[in-house]
Amino acid sequence: MHGAFNGLSLLKNKKDGVLCPIYSGTKTLPSFSTALGQETLLIQGATPSDACLISADKITYQFVDKLILDAVSLDIHANEIITLIGPNGAGKSTLIKCLLGLLPVASGEVSRKTALNIAYIPQKTYLNPSIPIRVEGFLGLAGDFTEAEMLAALTRVGAEKLLQSDLHKVSGGEFQRVMLARAILRKPELLVLDEPTQGMDVAGQQSLYALLNELREELGSAILMVSHDLHLVMSNTDRVICLNQHVCCSGHPESVSTDPAYLQLFGIKEGDGLAVYEHHHDHHHDASGNIVQDD
Amino acid sequence: MIELLLFPLIAGCLIAMVSGPLGCFVTWNRMAYFSDTLAHSALMGVSFALLLSMNTTAGILLACFIIAFALLMFRDNNLLPRDTLLGIFAHGSLAMGIVFASFIKGMQIDLMAFLFGDILSVNKTDVLSITIVCLVIGSLLFSHWQKLISVSLDAELAQVEGIQVQRYRQLLMLLLAGLIAFSIKIIGVLLIGALLIIPAAAARVHAHSPERMALVASLVALFSVATGLLLSWFLDTPAGPSIVLMSFSLFIFSSLISAAKNRAH
Repeated sequence: MHGAFNGLSLLKNKKDGVLCPIYSGTKTLPSFSTALGQETLLIQGATPSDACLISADKITYQFVDKLILDAVSLDIHANEIITLIGPNGAGKSTLIKCLLGLLPVASGEVSRKTALNIAYIPQKTYLNPSIPIRVEGFLGLAGDFTEAEMLAALTRVGAEKLLQSDLHKVSGGEFQRVMLARAILRKPELLVLDEPTQGMDVAGQQSLYALLNELREELGSAILMVSHDLHLVMSNTDRVICLNQHVCCSGHPESVSTDPAYLQLFGIKEGDGLAVYEHHHDHHHDASGNIVQDD
Repeated sequence: MIELLLFPLIAGCLIAMVSGPLGCFVTWNRMAYFSDTLAHSALMGVSFALLLSMNTTAGILLACFIIAFALLMFRDNNLLPRDTLLGIFAHGSLAMGIVFASFIKGMQIDLMAFLFGDILSVNKTDVLSITIVCLVIGSLLFSHWQKLISVSLDAELAQVEGIQVQRYRQLLMLLLAGLIAFSIKIIGVLLIGALLIIPAAAARVHAHSPERMALVASLVALFSVATGLLLSWFLDTPAGPSIVLMSFSLFIFSSLISAAKNRAH
């Protein structure tokens, strides 16, 4: 417990004192997080725009003998869009789960603003299929909303027809829209999306990014997003973090694309005068190298 | 004469109303074997009660809470699968109960009554205590409904959204222990699990919302308890099995309706 308070005082020196330690080393969760649900959320606008929502200080995550995250530090401020990129197995999803408190860190410390209102859209969602529920009921679990409010949120993501649909029968793409609508209704301070553009065409990605930009302007939400897509990330994000177990490089999109560490990671040699090539394939290759036609 | 049937009927109907929604959570959270384990430990509770000369229901409640607590302690043990742990505690507590009972001189436990229920033993005090227990369980379920659904639907999402998942899981375990302890007299150790899961399972195909599933499950349980007790009364069949038989028939009936509906589409 003492160590956790040391961590807090350090953070107080660093930040403006709105942070509390949520996980410190191998200790159990301190009991500060007593607020159940969203009753105690801060009113929008009560936070200074540059307030730190989540801060990770040299966090390490280990699965059995394998080091997944190695001394990763990361601050997320209000109203900024951060994109996390990196190759497969770089620990992107693990980092997000550590930040959200879903996985315990082996060492280091994650601090979160008290009663931080987070909306999380995971890469894969396991929804218990034995519970009968419609989209309307699922949105209703996120708070007390009128049908008109739910319909408005669904309309914004182009899913207004799904209100009465069986939640277990909507497609993967439709479910993601439902999750986005749920996030819109929750008015989060931080929206976390794990590979939201997976399986989307370019137009779909652009409209998603446009929506995320709108949400940030409306609500002042910070957005943390995992992405494989380098080109569109560049034009929409405030800060790119390139992760491969450790933070390879981070900064504004322009600076990342010329950083040697980043270029090396994706196999582009510095000073070769190469530009990023925009692929227009009608196919991709599976794990065995076979050609698979895209739809 | 009539109050001999009236007391168990009132008590049974109260239990049925609560076992509907609670049984839904049992099926949603895969707690069927957990509720069986709690029921098995009831015999240990009966022995406790006789040895310590305390109220039988209090003894059963104590045993259920001890087992629920022990299972919580072993929760993070990854070396043994969950069903193995449940089996250990179910059989262990059952054996302990029977061995302890054999120590009690001159006391004969009516094993059949505990295994299959004994409606004739239900008295005014039981009806009163069951009323209170059902009111407490019902109001706790009602006031935490949304969060319990969120936790059951997707625990990870619920946790990120600030719901204390573990606390709600513990709440469910305690509510279950409470209901089981007070239902033993009516339906018996072996079949209380059935009254929880069968009505919920029968309701699943006819529901499009968790609330409706809970309501339909309650109605199925109510019907089963009422007709089962009448059957027991007039044909002198054991109460617990009669209730479960009614519930099982409704489940088969409900599955047939659902199959017919699917064929029609």
